[in-house]
Amino acid sequence: MKEISELNLPEDVGYTEDHEWIRVENDEAAVGITDYAQDQLGDIVFVELPQPGDALGKGEEFGTVESVKAVAELYMPIGGEILAVNTALEDSPGLVNTNPHSDGWIIRIKQSDPDELNALMNKETYLKMLEGVA
Amino acid sequence: MRYLPHTDEDIALMLRVVGADTLDDLFSTIPDDCRRRRDLDIPAALTEWELNGLMDALSNSVAISPEYKLFLGAGRYDHFIPASLTHLLGRSEFVTPYTPYQPEMSQGTLQAIYEYQTLAARLLGMEVSNASLYDGASALAEALLMAIRITRRKRVAVSSLIHPYYRQVVQTYFSPTGLEIVELPYLENGRTDLSRLDRLDGLAAVAVQSPNFFGCIEDLAAVGEKSREKDLVFITSFTEPLAYGLLKNPGSQGAHIACGEGQSLGIPKWFGGPGLGMFAGKMKHVRSMPGRLVGKSTDKDGRNGFVLTLATREQHIRREKATSNICTNNSLLALAAAMYMASLGGTGIRELSKLNHDKSEYLKQALEKAGFKVCFESPTFNEFVVEFPANFETTYERLLEKKVVAGIPLTPYFPELAGRYLICVTETKTKEEMDLLIEELGK
Repeated sequence: MKEISELNLPEDVGYTEDHEWIRVENDEAAVGITDYAQDQLGDIVFVELPQPGDALGKGEEFGTVESVKAVAELYMPIGGEILAVNTALEDSPGLVNTNPHSDGWIIRIKQSDPDELNALMNKETYLKMLEGVA
Repeated sequence: MRYLPHTDEDIALMLRVVGADTLDDLFSTIPDDCRRRRDLDIPAALTEWELNGLMDALSNSVAISPEYKLFLGAGRYDHFIPASLTHLLGRSEFVTPYTPYQPEMSQGTLQAIYEYQTLAARLLGMEVSNASLYDGASALAEALLMAIRITRRKRVAVSSLIHPYYRQVVQTYFSPTGLEIVELPYLENGRTDLSRLDRLDGLAAVAVQSPNFFGCIEDLAAVGEKSREKDLVFITSFTEPLAYGLLKNPGSQGAHIACGEGQSLGIPKWFGGPGLGMFAGKMKHVRSMPGRLVGKSTDKDGRNGFVLTLATREQHIRREKATSNICTNNSLLALAAAMYMASLGGTGIRELSKLNHDKSEYLKQALEKAGFKVCFESPTFNEFVVEFPANFETTYERLLEKKVVAGIPLTPYFPELAGRYLICVTETKTKEEMDLLIEELGK
């Protein structure tokens, strides 16, 4: 497992306490799990994806990631409608391990309330939280 | 590993090692006010002779002597069990192993389950079978819950011709959940009325049993068609898997889940249990499947080996989010079924299945010739419903005295069907026995 200093966490995303990240591009956003989350889970063998068109509130479950040792639920960092899911993960779920913050994105959403973004952590705060839990 | 009781010396030695004086010292952490002061109110231990006497008396009070001719089915079937099976099943490797969490120690157990899964999936025409559940009834309830997980809808349609006990178990599972069960009525021909499905919205699944509780073979293809049209999970339940030696299997008719009781496959009736819950489905739904699953893999040297697989669905890992609170299986009985299917082989199962059907048809026709009415016109396998005249109870009693049990009355389960009896004929019934039944009925 990685030390906290070894984590590769980008600056341009918001972080949640449940270890999702969200990258906002205009009124759309991409969502995935953080380098810390994928490292804790280990080899990911399956990602259960939602249906495009589903509308979910902040904190609602949108899918699961299954590793060889555990299954973890995925929670919406903010509310919104699912625009697209990363179908590449059906055949290559390992992308979540290798590129958690880029090719390993999980869903794209259209945000319903931009104010919800204010509650997210930046990299610095997220790292502080991890130091608290690590 | 053998299970031998500890001697007083063993116990004294173990107590010395852990530094305790008495067995009670091991429970010293339990607070005083949580302890029971009195001894348990149970009878004193019996000697082996006394115990044998007691068990014989108990057994005679509930079991029926083997000389009775039972024309009884309705979920438990009288089939011959090869002696080889009884012998093999008694081997301690099979009787005593613990759950195979440690694959390097449990290849035999794991391979046995894998073979069962393979044979069960083939018999039912499905892509993947689990390692078994408790019995046919809980397998049906689990199948309905699985359909709800897959579709995220909250109501299911269940045929009223599914075994009444199975439907009760489903009720028990569903009653605290807020999920809804709709019963589909039956038609005059002895099959499920599917027309109601058109008037129901938000259904997750439709479940039918074939052959159904009246012994009638359901039109599974029509149910398959309807479930495709309505985008439902199609569940085929069964109480008599031997029927699929002759009939088209559920998978070929479009079933997404096939589940039922495997008692017919080499397991004695045992006064109603334990049974074997068979459960098979489609690969695309495997992550929603309840229960344990054994997979084939390779070790680091490339040799074949067997492991528990997709265990992240299971309760010991996934806690309250598990697909089911059952994360065990009826391994020994699954093994019995695997041995039974392997002993008979495809051809043997087909022949035995045909024998059941032919014998049952013989009695059915003989009853009709003798003037009794066979109630439903749909084809049957080894069970069918007959209407007997109003004073039949006395005949039934007279037959009992001659050690013949002429089926079960349907009234307790279907009050509208007074005078109708469900009759079952398996390979264990001879022509002479059937002729005797006809002769006595004619008196």
